[in-house]
Parts: sequence; structure tokens; C-alpha cells
Amino acid sequence: MTTATPSPAAATPRRAPAPRLRSTRGRGRSVDRPRRSVLLTVLTGIVLLYSLVPLAWLVINATKTQGDLFSSFGLWFGDSFALLTNIGQTLTYDDAIFVRWFLNTVLYVALGAGGATALAVIGGYGLAKFTFPGKRGVFAVVIGAVAVPGTALAVPTFLMFSQLGLTNTPWSVIIPSLISPFGLYLMWTFAAEAVPTELLEAARIDGATEARTFAQVSLPLLAPGIVTVLLFTMVATWNNYFLPLIMLKDPDWYPLTLGLNAWNAQAATAGGEAIFHLVITGSVLTIVPLVVAFLFLQRYWQSGLAAGSVKE
Amino acid sequence: MTRTTRRAAVRGAALVGALALTLAACSSGGDDDAAPDAAAEEGGELLVWAWDPTVEPIADAYMEANPDVTIELVNAGTGNDQYTALQNAIGAGSGIPDLAQIEYYALPQFAIGESLADITELGAGDLEGTYTPGPWSAVNQGEGIYGLPLDSGPMAMFYNAELFTQHGIEVPTTWEQYVAAATALHAADPNAYITADTGDAGFATSMIWQAGGRPFEVDGTTVTIDLADEGSARFATLWQQLVTDDLVAPISAWSDEWYQGLGNGTIATLVTGAWMPGNFESGVAEGAGKWRVAPMPQWTEGESVSAENGGSAMSVMEASENKALAYDFLEFASSGDGVALRLEGGGFPATVADLESEEYLAQESEYFGGQKINEVLAQAAGDVAEGWQYLPFQVYANSVFNDTVGQAYVSGTTLTEGLAAWQDQLVTYGNDQGFTVD
Repeated sequence: MTTATPSPAAATPRRAPAPRLRSTRGRGRSVDRPRRSVLLTVLTGIVLLYSLVPLAWLVINATKTQGDLFSSFGLWFGDSFALLTNIGQTLTYDDAIFVRWFLNTVLYVALGAGGATALAVIGGYGLAKFTFPGKRGVFAVVIGAVAVPGTALAVPTFLMFSQLGLTNTPWSVIIPSLISPFGLYLMWTFAAEAVPTELLEAARIDGATEARTFAQVSLPLLAPGIVTVLLFTMVATWNNYFLPLIMLKDPDWYPLTLGLNAWNAQAATAGGEAIFHLVITGSVLTIVPLVVAFLFLQRYWQSGLAAGSVKE
Repeated sequence: MTRTTRRAAVRGAALVGALALTLAACSSGGDDDAAPDAAAEEGGELLVWAWDPTVEPIADAYMEANPDVTIELVNAGTGNDQYTALQNAIGAGSGIPDLAQIEYYALPQFAIGESLADITELGAGDLEGTYTPGPWSAVNQGEGIYGLPLDSGPMAMFYNAELFTQHGIEVPTTWEQYVAAATALHAADPNAYITADTGDAGFATSMIWQAGGRPFEVDGTTVTIDLADEGSARFATLWQQLVTDDLVAPISAWSDEWYQGLGNGTIATLVTGAWMPGNFESGVAEGAGKWRVAPMPQWTEGESVSAENGGSAMSVMEASENKALAYDFLEFASSGDGVALRLEGGGFPATVADLESEEYLAQESEYFGGQKINEVLAQAAGDVAEGWQYLPFQVYANSVFNDTVGQAYVSGTTLTEGLAAWQDQLVTYGNDQGFTVD
């Protein structure tokens, strides 16, 4: 997470993203004038293409009608420009079920990711700033939990929720989303660095309660970390597919991921209607909120990731 | 794409409704014996699982005719996805719909599991002769009737006439000619294939059916599997030629690539169920005017034999608390006014009256270049060979088809070997499930 370089350059305003890697080699090359490498440029270019081509494909094809989709070249526009029609159809098809799925997803993200962030912040802060017996044990469990992918837990979670009679309800998606070991770990390390213990002691001496210290002294200092965790959990919940897949059978409670897949599968049977153009347009609409969230929150995120990496 | 907004309202009410239904069920103890007509008058709520888009206008029409009935329509997935969901709901004992759309091949599985209600007494017993023999025998399982046909899928050959004319190739009428046409077509245009196939259980079993094979025989819980019988061998030998010579496009059915191939002339023919025109119209806009329908190629010249492929019934679930009402809606959808709505939506009827109606037969399809396709399809419905049975675990069987028979498409094994491997797996599975299989 952190580099041990006490280079003053790292604290100077941002420039090119590459220098940090390089400066650790200590060959005295300036951060401001990194050596150019053809190989690296080409590799970066390939990675860039690799990540942008599917996106470009998605956006371009959202402008096509179903017929055009199949008859025109995939990476360029077709004869028609049907983006607005497609969006309109996507939003109204099957009694506007897409809107319902969208709202479901927002609900899951708001309660799931929001709750996960709140829990991670409170837990991480507590673990970083208080000592209590068994802390090392908790640490071990959390680190262990980071290593277990959510997919592996989905089936046991399903069986448990099935026993509780909670499957096929929004709770079956929200409650498991509340747990984010990675978020907890991140908040923990972040709180340890970003909130000076001296500051807390000063507040305690002044007579503030622990709750007040947390709310008024620590929270503002934790803001960048909170945003980081929020972004992580938001993306994870927004994109979550497998958990809702096994938990939910009622399309009315589907998140967008499941709903789009259901639309896609619709083409695959007798009597089913092929609506690939709506699947594609729906996918574009699905990523828009994530893109917006990133654009708004990324500056917090950057400062958040850099925090603690240098000695002040 | 105009859709009614009624469903949204229903959906909102359904949450409350589902609860009310459960409570009502507790107090009344079910009213199975009520006559369907009376039940419709009395009103109530029905939960219907169906993926077919034409069920929605039918439900709307029914609710209009019976104002006290509320139908909530849920698309719980298509085909296999829905069966899994249904099986889960049955296993959990909650969230089971009153009615569910079930394909013919999957019906025995749910019927033998006693998940479907026997609707003989509710009125289905009087419907003999209403439907064509194929679908009717499919819903008759053992002593009971476990659903009513929504549609049927007598097979015919859909072909891209433009492509055949362009290369001066005769449209095949026998399977022998079919292979010859496949060779000629691919030679004339390396991008064009006679058809696309990567191993499809539904298609293979239907082909075996037409070839006279009867690999599955079911008598109660005694099952005989013989995937090496004459019909199966006939199919395997013929299709192997096409696979070996790379004459079938390696494109999986129903993929976007498949829809694309149907439109752009990569896939020249499609031997499939009579429900296909609806899918063509909604999914292959580019093919409009190019495609035509002909009878299925024959094994013996001059014969006229067809088989069923796909098609689905709707069944009343055993767990339904309102079977009489459910049946009333089912009859409306399956043989009542609902049929006309299904036809409008591009479905293919299973009802004899509709298949024989002058008006229906005379309809010219714009998509198919003005051809009277219903004449061909109705003929195919009458030509379906009798005596076919599906396994009581056909859903499982189809799910492992690609691991066994499907290997012939991607590796050195042959279809015959694949069928043998499939048989071994099915025998083992069937015995594990408590059937007596050999």
C-alpha cells in the first residue's frame, strides 16, 4: 500500500502517474522528466485499447436498431441512429420494468454499500484507535476474510437465508452486502494513519465524549477514506450478479445485472422476443451512474490513496 | 411495442395480494371442487409464470372479461432457468405460481414429481380432439392430464430462398439431397452453411423422432433407453457426414451470432418447430422477404413424416390454492379466445379448429414473401409421427447432452459414440433417481 520512499517529490503536486515506480530505483532520474520507454508505451496502449474497445463497442451499438446491430460493422455506426428510440424503448419495455430494476439497484447500493461503508468506518476506527483483548484475533479474521471471495460464500449464505425465510426478498441481497472485510481493513489502516492519537487525547482532555470525538474530530479526517470505501462497495454492489442470482427468483426484485441477463436470455427460446438492442442500451444506461459517481468522487479517492504514503 | 400499463398496477397490488392470498388460503382451506366458471365469476388472484410475450395480452383480455380476477404475470426466466426456479419454489414450498408455462419435454418431469395438478376432472377430460395429437399426447401423462397446450412445434424446414436461387441449388426434399445441397452451397460460398449446429438436445431428439427412433420408453417408473436404435443410428450417420465435412456452421442456436447468420445468409436452412416465424419476425428483421418454408426433408422420398420440436403447455400447479380459477384461465388461454391473441403474436396453434380454418390457412405472410406458410405448417402438424416419449428426467438429460453427444462437434468422437455416452450417463442418473432404467 505504501512506498517507503521519503522522496519530497512525491509530495509535490501531481504530474505524470509513472514516476513513483521509477524513483524507487534511485538512479537519480527526476520525477519531472521520466525516461520514455517505447515498450511501456506500447504495453500501456494495448491495455488502454483492451479496456476501451468494449466500452466503445457498447456505446456505438447502443445507437443501432436490432436489424442494424446484426448487419453493420460492430465498431462503427450503422445506417440508423436510434439511440433515443432505444433509450425510450428500454425505459418503457415490459411496463418499464427496467426502471424498477434500476430503482432496486439503487436501493441495494444505498442500503448495502452505504451500510457497509458505515460499518467499515465505525469498525475500522474502533480497531485502529482502541486497544482491547483479542484485537490480534480480530485482525487475523479480517485479513482472512479479505481472502475469501464473495462468490465462495454465496451458496452457504443462500442456505442460511433460506432457513431464515429471507430468500426472494430485498434483504437477502442487502444484508450480505453489508459486510465488507476489505472496507474494514482499509478504514482500519486509514484511520491509524489519518487520525493522530494526540488529537484524540486532546479532545478527551477537553472533556469530549467518545461519540463526539468520533463525530467531530475523527470523521472529517476520515472523509477521503470513507469515500474510497464507499466507491469500492458501491461498485461491488452495483455490479453484483451472483448473489442476487441465487437469492432472487422474483423479477420484480432483480437488480439491473440480473434483469439485463434475463432480457438477453429472452432471445433464446421459441416465442421469446429477441431484444439485443435493448440489452445493449440497458447496459449503457447501467454504467452511466457508475461513471458519474467516479467523476464526482475520484478526487477524494486519489487523495485518499496517497494519504499515509509520506511522512509529514 | 405497445404494452399495457395494467401490469404495473397489478405488480404493485401483487405484494399485498400475495399476502392476502396466503391468508385467504388458510381460512378457506382451498376450493378445489368449485366449477371453473363459477370460480371466474367469484374472482380471485392468479400468479402465472410464463416467458411467452403473448400470455400478457391474453391475461389482459381475461381480466377484462372477468373483472374480479387479478392475474399477476411473472417472467421467472426462460426454459431451463424457469424450471430451476420452479423446482426451487416447489422444494421450498413457497412462492409457487398457480400456473406455469412448461415445455413438452420438461412436462413429464414435473408431472411425475406430482408438482402438477391433474386437470382431467376440471374439464380437460372433455377436450380430446380439440388439439393436434402431438401436443395432446404430450400433456397426457399416464392416467392424468397435466396441462393444456399453448402452442406446438411440428417441424418444417425454413430456408433462405434467395441464397438457394443465387447459387442455383435445388431446395432439398430428402435428407440425402440435404447433404448434397450442404456440400454444393459451402463450395459455392465458403461463408454459407446449410445450417448451424453445435449440438442441441432438442434438435437431435426431434431428428431421431422423425427418423423413426423411439429411444425413450417410459412405463411408470420403468424406463428403457436405447439411443442406438435404428432411428437414432440413421440420424447419427447422416448428421455425422455434415459435421465431419465441416458443413454445419459452428454457431450455437439462439446466440446473437445465430440471429446474425439467419439474417446475412450464413445459415441457409433451419429445420425447426412451427413457432419459428414469430422469432424470425422479431429477431431477424434483415431476413424479411428472403425466407420461405418447406416440409421437413424426408428419410424416404415421397413420404411425409414430421416430428415435434419445442412447444409448450401451461400447467396448473398442484400447490395452487385456486385450481378451478387457474383452470378457467388456462382453458381461455389454450383453446378459448386466447388462441386468437396468440396467433396475432406469431404463435403456432395446437388447436385443430384453428389449424383447419380456411382463414388461417389462406393467410399470406409478408415476412415470408407472401407465402401461405400456414398451409405448410398445418400439414406438418398433421404429419407428426406418433409414439414419442420424453424421459421423466429430460431436463437433466438435455443439460448433459453437450458433455456427451456435443463432444462430436468439437473433438474426434463421433455422434454414435456420443449417443452411447449420453445413454450411459442417463441410465446411471435415472437409477440414482429411483427409476428402474436399462
